[in-house]
Amino acid sequence: MSDLFDIIVIGAGPAGMSAATEASRHGASVCMLDEQQTAGGQIYRNVVHSPAARSRILGADYRAGLLMTQNTNESGVVHRTRATVWKVDKDGSVAFTVDGQAEQIRGRHVILANGAMERSVPIPGWTSPGVMTVGAAQILMKSSGIVPVGAVLVGVGPLLYLVATQLVAAGAPPKALIETQTKSDLIAAMPHFLPALKGWKQLAKGMQMIAALRWAGVPRFKGATEIEITGGASVEGVRFRAQGREKTIHTTTVFLHQGVVPNTQITRSIGLDHEYNTAQHSFAPITDDCGQSSNSVFSIAGDGAGIGGAKDAALSGKISALNALRQIGKITQSTCDGMAKPLLKRRRAELAIRPFLDAAYPPPASVLRPADDTIICRCEDVRAGDIRRYAALGCRGPNQTKAFGRSGMGPCQGRYCGLTVTEILVEETGQRHEKVGSYRIRAPLKPITLKELASLALPQETDKSK
Amino acid sequence: MFKFIDGEDTQTSISFLLEDQKIEATEGMSVAAALLANGITTFRQSAVSNEGRGPFCLMGTCYECVVLIDGVHVQACMTQVRAGLSVDRIPTATTGIEE
Ligand SMILES: Cc1cc2nc3c(=O)[nH]c(=O)nc-3n(C[C@H](O)[C@H](O)[C@H](O)COP(=O)(O)OP(=O)(O)OC[C@H]3O[C@@H](n4cnc5c(N)ncnc54)[C@H](O)[C@@H]3O)c2cc1C
Ligand code: FES
Repeated sequence: MSDLFDIIVIGAGPAGMSAATEASRHGASVCMLDEQQTAGGQIYRNVVHSPAARSRILGADYRAGLLMTQNTNESGVVHRTRATVWKVDKDGSVAFTVDGQAEQIRGRHVILANGAMERSVPIPGWTSPGVMTVGAAQILMKSSGIVPVGAVLVGVGPLLYLVATQLVAAGAPPKALIETQTKSDLIAAMPHFLPALKGWKQLAKGMQMIAALRWAGVPRFKGATEIEITGGASVEGVRFRAQGREKTIHTTTVFLHQGVVPNTQITRSIGLDHEYNTAQHSFAPITDDCGQSSNSVFSIAGDGAGIGGAKDAALSGKISALNALRQIGKITQSTCDGMAKPLLKRRRAELAIRPFLDAAYPPPASVLRPADDTIICRCEDVRAGDIRRYAALGCRGPNQTKAFGRSGMGPCQGRYCGLTVTEILVEETGQRHEKVGSYRIRAPLKPITLKELASLALPQETDKSK
Repeated sequence: MFKFIDGEDTQTSISFLLEDQKIEATEGMSVAAALLANGITTFRQSAVSNEGRGPFCLMGTCYECVVLIDGVHVQACMTQVRAGLSVDRIPTATTGIEE
């Protein structure tokens, strides 16, 4: 059996929850799908079940998610948890799996709120067990209540400092922060500083985090280059160069971070238009102010449409809901415009700090375009030099690399190597990012078994739309 | 090395097996977190180089944490612990996921 809803929302982070709640408030039937156990997305992951001590450590911004999840629960939205979406069709059909059982539903409009993922950090030694992302360290705190002892955090960006301070609060201060930000990054960010003052509250939070790290005595090495994780079968330490000196810090656990990028797997698979954002060094689906994508059936909300952070994601979710309601004729264009206007204004204020953050915390060239012997495709052990070799043989785009080797053909389906392959081919072929493009993505978006596929009973549609 | 945050309830523990090793965990943990908390970081081997690999993203995107539970390939980071689970590492020389 397959249900027809007015609106399907994919993702239950701040964007998805706000979108679903707003749409439901206007009388639409809404189904929200997310593969996590509970609503919350990345920022508010597991906030519903987090014990008090844990939530205190994670901070006020985390606890704020509780109210949002409660509002969503009370809104009448059908929330399917543990629902991994693996196929989205142009007509609004969405196939997903819950506990090994596949289902398919259809929405008259679909809001994609699937968020961001951390940028890949291909540096020497990053495939050793014990090397994870900074987001992973945070997930272990939020979902499982465990913290690493004596870990080293490597990279750049606000999330690096946030997680470092959360670890300090949890009684597990990092052994060191090895930061790739340079003085010239800060100088390049200065022209964006005055406009960023509109977001002074966020700036003040950043200063507080830095102060907390200093107070806790966490050593910070800035402008680090030639970073390499030593060990092999397990991590032994991090070697790097900073202030003209080579240094090694011993540890068994390393967390990497180079910012977050939109997760474009679903939007690519539907064939929506994308563009390359040079400030954020990533592709994002093209949307208008209201989140409308290049296909009238799909809106895109939150970090999946471009990185704006949690507050911006919540606002954009609401706006996309209005857009969706207009598309399916639940509200008129003028109602939509009228209600969206104040939200758009708040969004602009929320985004004022972004150009400053983007310029101040860029991924270094050595991460965007790694040295030849660095593995870039973890699934198939393809190295940066392999891609350069393919380019020399005439390979012009990511899809062609598959004719030369196996990059992007493993189970992660190019989520981690995709942007790196594009960057290397841009460098080698002299084409623009849009011209080089990215991997063609096809369903199933996540590996599924034949059994799951077979469990998908052939649909006979039940109309749940109102 | 990992430890529990101070004040976490570690009394009500659940146990399961990784191969023939007994793993202690608490309710709500993912299988990946439980293994990490027990000092296990190598979950599988690269099918290409045979080098050890472990969880990387813990959010379901990298597939570095795939293990066998009841004979089925699953992402250890997306699976919650249950008492009596039987978890195995994937035999070498497969990618872990049938395509
Ligand atoms: C690991 C990580 C940790 C972060 N931590 C913080 C933080 O502590 N503070 C902060 O301010 N910002 C954090 N961010 C930045 C974050 O992107 C935003 O703050 C905010 O969470 C974005 O909201 P969103 O609703 O757009 O997306 P998200 O919150 O990312 O929500 C997207 C949801 O979609 C679901 N999803 C994605 N694909 C599928 C699929 N195929 N099937 C089913 N469900 C799917 C995911 O499970 C997720 O719950 C983090 C980002 C990452 C990647
Ligand atoms: S650790 Fe990345 S998918 Fe589980």
